[in-house]
Amino acid sequence: MGFTFAEKILAKKSGRDKAAAGEIVTVTPDRILSHDNAAAISRIFQKLGRNKVVNPDKIVIILDHCVPAANEKYALNHKEIREFVTEQGIKGFYDVGTGICHQVLPERGYAFPGLLILGSDSHTTTYGAFGAFATGIGRSEAAVLWATDHLWLRVPETYRIEVEGTFPRWVSAKDLILYIIGELGADGALYKAVEFCGPTIEKMSIAGRMVLCNMAVEMGAKIGYVPPDEKTFHWLGPRVRENYEVITSDPDAAYERVIHYKVSNLLPQIACPHQVDNVKAVYEVSGTKIHQALIGTCTNGRMDDLEVAASVLKGKRIAPGVRLLVFPASLEVYREAWVKGDLLQLAEAGAIIMNPGCGPCLGAHEGVLAPGEVCLSTANRNFRGRMGCRDASIYLASPATVAASALKGHITDVQSL
Amino acid sequence: MKLKGKVWKYGDDINTDVIFPGKYTYTISDPEEMAKHSLEDLDPAFASGVSKGDIIVAGKNFGCGSSREQAATCLKYAGVGAVVAKSFSRIFFRNAINAGLPLIQSADAPDNIKPGEVITIDFEKGKLTCEQGVFTFPPLPEEVMGILQSGGLIPYTRKLLGTE
Repeated sequence: MGFTFAEKILAKKSGRDKAAAGEIVTVTPDRILSHDNAAAISRIFQKLGRNKVVNPDKIVIILDHCVPAANEKYALNHKEIREFVTEQGIKGFYDVGTGICHQVLPERGYAFPGLLILGSDSHTTTYGAFGAFATGIGRSEAAVLWATDHLWLRVPETYRIEVEGTFPRWVSAKDLILYIIGELGADGALYKAVEFCGPTIEKMSIAGRMVLCNMAVEMGAKIGYVPPDEKTFHWLGPRVRENYEVITSDPDAAYERVIHYKVSNLLPQIACPHQVDNVKAVYEVSGTKIHQALIGTCTNGRMDDLEVAASVLKGKRIAPGVRLLVFPASLEVYREAWVKGDLLQLAEAGAIIMNPGCGPCLGAHEGVLAPGEVCLSTANRNFRGRMGCRDASIYLASPATVAASALKGHITDVQSL
Repeated sequence: MKLKGKVWKYGDDINTDVIFPGKYTYTISDPEEMAKHSLEDLDPAFASGVSKGDIIVAGKNFGCGSSREQAATCLKYAGVGAVVAKSFSRIFFRNAINAGLPLIQSADAPDNIKPGEVITIDFEKGKLTCEQGVFTFPPLPEEVMGILQSGGLIPYTRKLLGTE
């Protein structure tokens, strides 16, 4: 019997010949990611009694959660991080304005096949789209990694999700992952590694694969993973200088479950308040009035997303009473969308073009909600209070659905336009 | 280690946003202050009503969502003695152990425990006793238990590094 990707890579990173699902191994990661919480991590690190981090070259810190700083406390938090990275000689530091960590890390060549990436952020799973084993950890664990370079991990069992068929017009990776989460539930892949494969995934863009792996954690998964292919190597080409080893599951690997989906008849999907697995087809809730529409976040703030939103809104005007906020995921995305004209088209349609960053996704700033308001967002979470207000409602959908709904002022099936 | 406490009972998929709202993640750093906001968006009566040693009992997937460690820290400093659930989200599981907050995973016990009743937990014997009877639970893996017994990941690591 062969081994899964998760078993093979965790054996390698723990210096063992082999590792089997269920075993606990002590690993040495290749990258340790953190963001605005690096200040809190540095304070925990100081409690460990070490002056210097073991390996500054493994540490990547990207300021994205509340950028630019919303008030003095956030400003001080950023200042503390800048001082720490200077003191520790951490070169992988990206200040306010570079973008969201989960976009910047791959863009700047830090995420590629065969790496073990641990990050103090739950959406670290995103890098599975590049063939890395990438998962979230807590702040204390990040501090311990800075000090020791080691952490325990349980080797996960693996689900293989095979997808076939061609997406109907306006239907995309976001609709697929919402549909899967709705089917399997918020704990449907708890502790599992989830491999996405099949003809639909092979045809899917890198951005689409990132959406799947990003949201795998919303069904409890430890990692999302897409087997690297020519498309991956092409995307990584100009960004990665190092050689890398591609690790994939053996053909006879033992999967705990194999699940099949067909997308040819998939309708646009939407997650309704206040659970990500409360998923319906958009038409079932169409007509629901919205006050704010958000396009961006680590799930859907990439070129593919801005292009599709611009194509829906080009030459039109969003409905009165709707605020449309657009957050390009990174400076690179911002520049490209600027040069290609998508940002101008969105701005002319009435969108507010914001700076690269997480925006109001976690309720800190830049568009938090008021009681009774409804937001339709391309983000990954709609929990009560998530966008800063306990008594607001959040729906999650694709950029096409959000753009169409901003146009009409209520939740709208983009296929009905 | 034995524990006896009054139960606060909740449902499935209790996420970290309702345990500790995201809007406080970079503005509150004092754990005592974190405790005052624990479960704020789920049960506004919790933070003012919880007593030292009380036990949270919940359904499946407790602690899903954000990796924020404050979700475990705030419960620990609010005085919560343990969390019993049908299952835990993986990052919350790690964060709780690392904060020295014991977790008990049991598929059957939660449905048989009433809000407000007093239950006892015996960690060595792996037994949970409530009004409905006795439920057993498996011990935590050795590596994980070592962290919990040291009082959390930080004291555990200091011991390892010899920087106690």
